[in-house]
Amino acid sequence: MKSLIGAAFASAISLVAVTAHAQQTVNMPDVIELSGPGAVSGTNWRDGVTLAVDEINAKGGILGRRIVTTHSDTQSNPGVSRAQVQKALDGDPYVLLGPIFSGSVKVNMVLAQQAEVPQFTGAEAAEITQTGNPYIFRTSFGQQASMPKIANYMRDGLKAKTVAVVWVNNDFGKGGRDSFVREMGTRGIKVVADVSTESGQVDFAADVVKVKGANAEAIFVYTNEEESARFLREARKQGIRVPLIGETTLLNQKVIELAGDAANGVRGHIGLSAEVPIAAIQEFKNKFNKRFNYLPDHNAIKGYTAIYAIKYVTTKIGKFDRKLLAKTMHGLTITPAMEPGILIETTWDDKGDIDRISFLAEVVDGKQKIIQNLPKLGK
Amino acid sequence: MTDLIQLLVAGLATGAIYALVAVGFTLLWQTSQTINFAQGEFVMVPAFFVLAAMKFGGLSFPVAILVGIAASVLILGAVFKRLLVDPMIRHGVLPLVISTIALALFLKEGVKEFYGAEAQSFPALWTTTHVTIAGAVVSLQNLVIIGVAVVTIAVLQWFLGRTRTGRCMQATAQNPALARILGIRVERMILYTFLINAALVALASLLISPIYLAKFSNGETLGIVAFIAAIVGGFNQVRGAIVGGLLLGVIDNLVAAYLSTQYRGAIPLFLLIAVILFRPQGLLGRAEERSV
Repeated sequence: MKSLIGAAFASAISLVAVTAHAQQTVNMPDVIELSGPGAVSGTNWRDGVTLAVDEINAKGGILGRRIVTTHSDTQSNPGVSRAQVQKALDGDPYVLLGPIFSGSVKVNMVLAQQAEVPQFTGAEAAEITQTGNPYIFRTSFGQQASMPKIANYMRDGLKAKTVAVVWVNNDFGKGGRDSFVREMGTRGIKVVADVSTESGQVDFAADVVKVKGANAEAIFVYTNEEESARFLREARKQGIRVPLIGETTLLNQKVIELAGDAANGVRGHIGLSAEVPIAAIQEFKNKFNKRFNYLPDHNAIKGYTAIYAIKYVTTKIGKFDRKLLAKTMHGLTITPAMEPGILIETTWDDKGDIDRISFLAEVVDGKQKIIQNLPKLGK
Repeated sequence: MTDLIQLLVAGLATGAIYALVAVGFTLLWQTSQTINFAQGEFVMVPAFFVLAAMKFGGLSFPVAILVGIAASVLILGAVFKRLLVDPMIRHGVLPLVISTIALALFLKEGVKEFYGAEAQSFPALWTTTHVTIAGAVVSLQNLVIIGVAVVTIAVLQWFLGRTRTGRCMQATAQNPALARILGIRVERMILYTFLINAALVALASLLISPIYLAKFSNGETLGIVAFIAAIVGGFNQVRGAIVGGLLLGVIDNLVAAYLSTQYRGAIPLFLLIAVILFRPQGLLGRAEERSV
């Protein structure tokens, strides 16, 4: 009898402890590419998230609750990402973080929408925010915002009349290619070569030969990080001399590191970068490098700012209410004065797309050099 | 025309690497009835030996290369034979094949776990400049790869055909029982084959990693293509493996350029099916019969 009473007492104590622990934490799972072709992007995002979470937890968390984040690997596979998201949703999260690969997000965001869980992603394919999902939010430019800026540069800066397009055959690449070709058409620039490549492709010799043969005045390259580096190396090997233009990914630090000298001279639009001369970004870059021993790329900033956006809105609404968080995000502008962790003034529209300043850059001696600042589209 | 020349040179360079790997496949099969499905991972691993020697050992690139080659010959040659092949071959070819598949997974996941899932930059062994041949701009790197592969295979052929040890290895491959009777140290000849295969894959790794970058998943496609190249050329002929490798490299590039990048992965498989259906011994292989 005594042992029975003792067991019941111990169980009650344990239940109280577990409940108290749950009440002191907030679950924000991260489903992200940690292997496969997306490993570079996903690892940066994960580490950006980790840095932000640790900073916030060190200051007492959000509304007194410590953030608990688990990182699940999608293996850059949409099917796996869907299973990981379902598993994450089974844990009743406050918000869902990731993935970055647009193909994965398109497959798994339906689950988050059905569960009414806000999802913060670094994916860039235009369609992601065009489906009427009120729970999806980007921390990166969508292609519909970035491509017009590149197109303007090609028309006004390069004065190119012909262009070759090299793109990766996944949702990210196809969406970007379609947006880019549309923008070229409206500006009277002819697309003389349209070369699709495969995700994870290692040999680009044939693609470079095709592009060379087209004799375009510029080449627009829109692939993921590792493929970008391999393409640049092959282009250098085969002596391509026309401007190679890209959008954020082509000029990111990891691509520059992998491509080496072959990256020099590459130009393009950067939505986000750790190299921009903004004090908050430079401080973030130094903190990140000190913590993780490598330089962050734009994906790290995406992950970092996602956490701080969530923190700001949750603090603003004063409670952990998923629906209210999503509603508050739409039309919201967060400035660094309001929340330093946001790094750059960012506005979310009613679809979850962001608007903020961006940049034109060139790779010089292995580093991004900002050529021009571009204002927010909304201004 | 210039495009075609560029594609042919690029294809031959890729094919030369396939040939080096396929020759290793063939040698292992001939001497020890070993089909090594970890051959692709064997090409991937030496690059990480070199990178690890530079990163953790603080060695310069040239010294790290020597260390990488030595580690490859030791681990992917001698240790592989002693710890995996010798115990498993007693149970037949199929258990050994399954073991090499498991080894491939182990190597892939091991590199991913201990070094990282991201691609790593690998220094080039020579400058990335280009030359002009008949109006076509051709990468010097491709020409060097072709040259290195040709010299390597030529040296290997000379070794196998013109040295006492090489002829003993050939005798072992043709008839191990008779070779043993003639006083040839069969076990040692088989060991030499494994060491030569390890050296070949290490060389292939050094040639390919500056272009493909060093990544844990590099071995997947490479292993399959090299295996197909060996079958297409003739699994019981070193010359067949060379022809198969070069043919696949050229066809792969031409298909990617003139048909579609999306179908380039299917072409080696179509070729494999065609060869198995119409010439199962391979293009240069000898027909073999076995009594049941």
